[in-house]
Order: sequence, then structure tokens, then C-alpha cells
Amino acid sequence: MLIMSKSKSNILKRTKVLIWKEAFKDCLPITAGVIPFGLTCGIMGRTAGFSVFEITFMSLTVFAGAAQFMAIAMINSGILNWGVIVFTTFLINLRHLLMGASLAPHLFKQSKAIQYLLAFSMTDESYALTISRTEKKGYSGYYQLGVSFLLYIVWAIATVIGASLYYSIPNPLEWGLDFIIPLTFLVLLIPRLTSKTPLIVTLVSAVVAVLGSLYLPGKWYIILAALVASVVGGLIEGGRENG
Amino acid sequence: MDSKLMAIIIGMALVTFITRIGAQLIFANTGIPAWLERWLKHVPTAFLAALIVPAIILPKGYLDITFSNSYLIAGIIASFIAYKTKNVLATIFIGMAIMLYLSN
Repeated sequence: MLIMSKSKSNILKRTKVLIWKEAFKDCLPITAGVIPFGLTCGIMGRTAGFSVFEITFMSLTVFAGAAQFMAIAMINSGILNWGVIVFTTFLINLRHLLMGASLAPHLFKQSKAIQYLLAFSMTDESYALTISRTEKKGYSGYYQLGVSFLLYIVWAIATVIGASLYYSIPNPLEWGLDFIIPLTFLVLLIPRLTSKTPLIVTLVSAVVAVLGSLYLPGKWYIILAALVASVVGGLIEGGRENG
Repeated sequence: MDSKLMAIIIGMALVTFITRIGAQLIFANTGIPAWLERWLKHVPTAFLAALIVPAIILPKGYLDITFSNSYLIAGIIASFIAYKTKNVLATIFIGMAIMLYLSN
């Protein structure tokens, strides 16, 4: 009895280690794309008058690149209004609501503590990796946790380095490494395009996103494109079921 | 330590967390309704496309559908590699190499 339960817990432990390894492996390419953004966040923060501690504290508590860049830019241009910056942050990050909803059926099966940790650490990148893993092998809370916190650590360390060496690093976003992120997403997207509906969803989303990024401020194009395209996808399938 | 700056950072952290936990709080008791789930199923695909396409077509913030847009050329070739190999590293490596080669 004892031996059996011991070997069972050993298998469980081994599965966990395997999932951590898998998360690490999947994360590695994308971290190369995240590092230039983290460095830039540290550099921009110092330029705008943040101390190393303050900008690092921001990366550790907010952990949302686009919103952080916006806030730093506003502060740098002299806008120090709490309400304006916090509300803009809320608007930029509204896309998380959509991502959270799409993961919710899986998240509800996790413990409350894990749910909070997963929510706190969810980013575009960890969401994208998690949904792809879910499609292939099923959802794993450990996988999402591993991916999310690996990116969290990389983001924080890159911020510290950028903030500490800000006068001696030439603009990291000009290295071109940021291109790694859309390239990784490409590998995640293309295997999904196996039938007509996802192809149409992709096309609609692409058109709305391009138009949106031309005419809308900030990250609104992502929210609008994801909303419109996924509703279109739902309608196509709904119509097929009824007809 | 600047208290005004710290107050802004804490405010940002709080509202960001609200956006991340929001969906779980809204549907905590009811679960996700079936009609919504059918629609949410397409969010990942739509979301990925919304992140990729502008990054390739508007890499510098303005529309650039020409051969001088190295992101676009590299993106198209990388899409083909991704389709054929489904391999992240191969796609990144070839995509980056083409983009950097064409940019210089």
C-alpha cells in the first residue's frame, strides 16, 4: 500500500518536472523577444525620472509592458495625474478580460490560490503559449504557471539591468529582437488554421487590427479585432448548427 | 522614493490585476454560458492574428505594404516555414535572419 502510493507520488512528481521543463523550453525563444522590451522599460523609466527601485517595483507589480510604456511616456511628458494614468492603464489592459474569459473554464478547476497567481501573471505571451499547449496536449495549470513566472522573472531582471545601465545601452528595440515575438505567435497561429472558420476569423481579425492600429489609440485594435473576429467565428458556427 | 510615483504604480497594479481576474470573478458562480463559450472558442485565433498582422504590416507604426518592408517579407517567408515545419526555432531563426539581412 505504502509502496504503491509512494510510486504514485513519484510519477506525479516526475510529470510535474516534465511540465516545468516543457514550459521552460517553450518559453525560451520568446524570452529573447521579451528582454529588449524589459531593458527598454528600465531605460525609459530612468530617463523619465524613476529610480532603479521605482521602475523595478513597477515591473514587479504591474507586469504589463504596453501599460508601463504608456505610463512612463506620460510621466516623462509631465502628466502626473493619478486618475488619468490609472484609467488609461485599465483601458489598455482590458484585453486581459477577454483572455481571462477564454481561459476561465480551465482556471475554475484550479485551486483559488493558483487562480490568483495565474491571473496576476497572465500576459499576451503566456496566454498565447498556454492556449496552444491546451490545444495540443490539454490544459495544465502548472504549465501556465511555469510559462507566466518565467516571463515574469525575465521581465523583472531585464528591467533592473536596463535601469542600472541605462546610460550605456543603445536602444534595445533597434536590435530587431522584438520581431521574435510575432514570429513565435506565427508558429502558434498557423497550425490552428485547419478549416474555413479559423481562416475567416484570422482574416477578419487581421483586417480589423490593421485598420484599428491606423485609427485607434494604444492597444484598442487588439480588443476590437479579437471581439469582432471571435463573434464572427461564433456566428459562422452558430449558423451552421441551426441551418 | 517619490510618493506620487509610488501611488501611480500601485494604482496601475491594482487595475491591471482587476482586468486579469475580472472574467473569473464575473463568472465565478454561473460558469461561462454556452453561447459565450462558443464565441470565446475563437478568441485565441483572433487574438494571435491581431498581434501578428500589425507587427508585420505596420512595423514602424505606419502602413507599409512594399518590398522595402523587411518585416513583411520575412513574415511571409516565416509563415511558410511555420506551415511546413511547425517548428518555433526554425521559424524564428529563418525569419530573423531574413529580416536582419533585408534591413541592412
